Amino acid sequence: MAMSRRQRARAFRGGQYGVLILAIVLLAVFADWGTIRDAFFNLDAASTQFPEILSTALVNTIIYTALGFALGLGLGLILALMKLSSVGPYRWLATIYIEFFRGIPALLVFIALGYGVPLAFGIRFDIYSTAAIALGLVGSAYIAETLRAGIQAVPPGQIEAARSLGMSQTRTTVTVVIPQAFRIILPPLTNELILLTKDSSLIYLLGLVRDEYELAKFGREGLNATGSLTPILLAGLCYLIITVPLGYLSRYLERRTGRKVDEGLKVTA
Amino acid sequence: MSDVIIEVSGLHKAFGKLEVLKGIDMSVRRGEVVCIIGPSGSGKSTLLRCVNLLEEPNSGAVRVNGFEMTDPDVDIDKARRTIGMVFQSFNLFGHLSVLDNLTIAQRKVLKRDPAEATAIARENLRRVGLEEKANSMPSQLSGGQQQRAAIARALSMQPAVMLFDEPTSALDPELVGDVLGVMRQLANEGMTMLVVTHEMQFAREVADKVLFMDGGVVVEEGPPAQVIGEPRHERTQTFLHRVLNPVHVID
Repeated sequence: MAMSRRQRARAFRGGQYGVLILAIVLLAVFADWGTIRDAFFNLDAASTQFPEILSTALVNTIIYTALGFALGLGLGLILALMKLSSVGPYRWLATIYIEFFRGIPALLVFIALGYGVPLAFGIRFDIYSTAAIALGLVGSAYIAETLRAGIQAVPPGQIEAARSLGMSQTRTTVTVVIPQAFRIILPPLTNELILLTKDSSLIYLLGLVRDEYELAKFGREGLNATGSLTPILLAGLCYLIITVPLGYLSRYLERRTGRKVDEGLKVTA
Repeated sequence: MSDVIIEVSGLHKAFGKLEVLKGIDMSVRRGEVVCIIGPSGSGKSTLLRCVNLLEEPNSGAVRVNGFEMTDPDVDIDKARRTIGMVFQSFNLFGHLSVLDNLTIAQRKVLKRDPAEATAIARENLRRVGLEEKANSMPSQLSGGQQQRAAIARALSMQPAVMLFDEPTSALDPELVGDVLGVMRQLANEGMTMLVVTHEMQFAREVADKVLFMDGGVVVEEGPPAQVIGEPRHERTQTFLHRVLNPVHVID
């Protein structure tokens, strides 16, 4: 018997709810809730984590990320401008850099900086500098590509208008192009910041003392000390405290700048 | 000192294989209003853009206000300060308020102090009737207001000559009059103007000289009463017939 369009839609939706309910029931019946509670929701283990998880680990994660992002942004801007340069070697250098650091795991960069550089050159930076450099190197490769796209998205008419007013190419780039490029790329740039926040978990590779722990390392130390997975859960929640608001910020900026860009490009009004 | 302010001679420009300007000779005298008319693709915008070197000519010479624009060693930024440009799509800086749009080049290029730049900007906003929009963002203005702000921005540099590249073509019909009114007022004040336009009535009433371009050459030039009123060339006649009587064109 043929079903009407409405009947088919109804049956399809009913099927979807059915699968969902079945999954929940199976989970409730077969999961070992007692073990899960002991492993992830152990209040004694949780209480040992406070207040350091916030006052040390969360704060350190934010500091490492902020330093890395600042360096990544500066380096990324230079790379983006190099990539758009009329001088060939600058373009090649920027391309090689970007392909290299975008293509290798961040883990390797941290190992190279933590062990390779001190061995090879005999230089040893403090932990904050090393973390900032490692995160900055990784972040700048992504940020450079985002920025380049943003710079190229600035309408050519803006540049022509600036040049017609007698601004030099450099002055035009600084005064007209870069500010508008940043407005265009604010949403994707916020995403880079979120990615960098998570990459900061690799800083443990540099060898940290307790005061320098960031969230992931702190969580794992908590796991070792308490034998419970609760510290890991807490560390995860702390990451979400940082990244979820950033995600909302990104979407808010996207809506706002999206509207602005539309209006800016609208020719007739 | 010569009173010829724009002098173009033997100008050729090609985009790849497409030859857009095929030897243009023209000049604009100080205080003159010259309108360039012609079908789309005739090269009139390209000619205008060659005057302030937004397009680089392949050959020929462009001299503006004593600057050899086509000389590779000319200080192009310095030359452009004296040449105001108004675009079809306004090109106000979207990240700056109207007032900042008018002051930014004064401050960064002419190194005027902020108070002086602001005073000059406000005076020019008054000229175009936008005093009360000083603190608005460009996106909050209508097209006609944006174009008037763009004219005020160019005027704030106190240029010796103003170039207009189809300044009303992107506007809704009811907003065209405001912009043309500002341009007519500028002409009355004695501003030297080179205007690419489709507004035949404006050209007829305001221009001292009209150039009709087609196929990359100047087909006909002279006073508006002659070029628009009694065109000699068939191409000019056909073009004007189509523009002035668009409803009755039969191909």
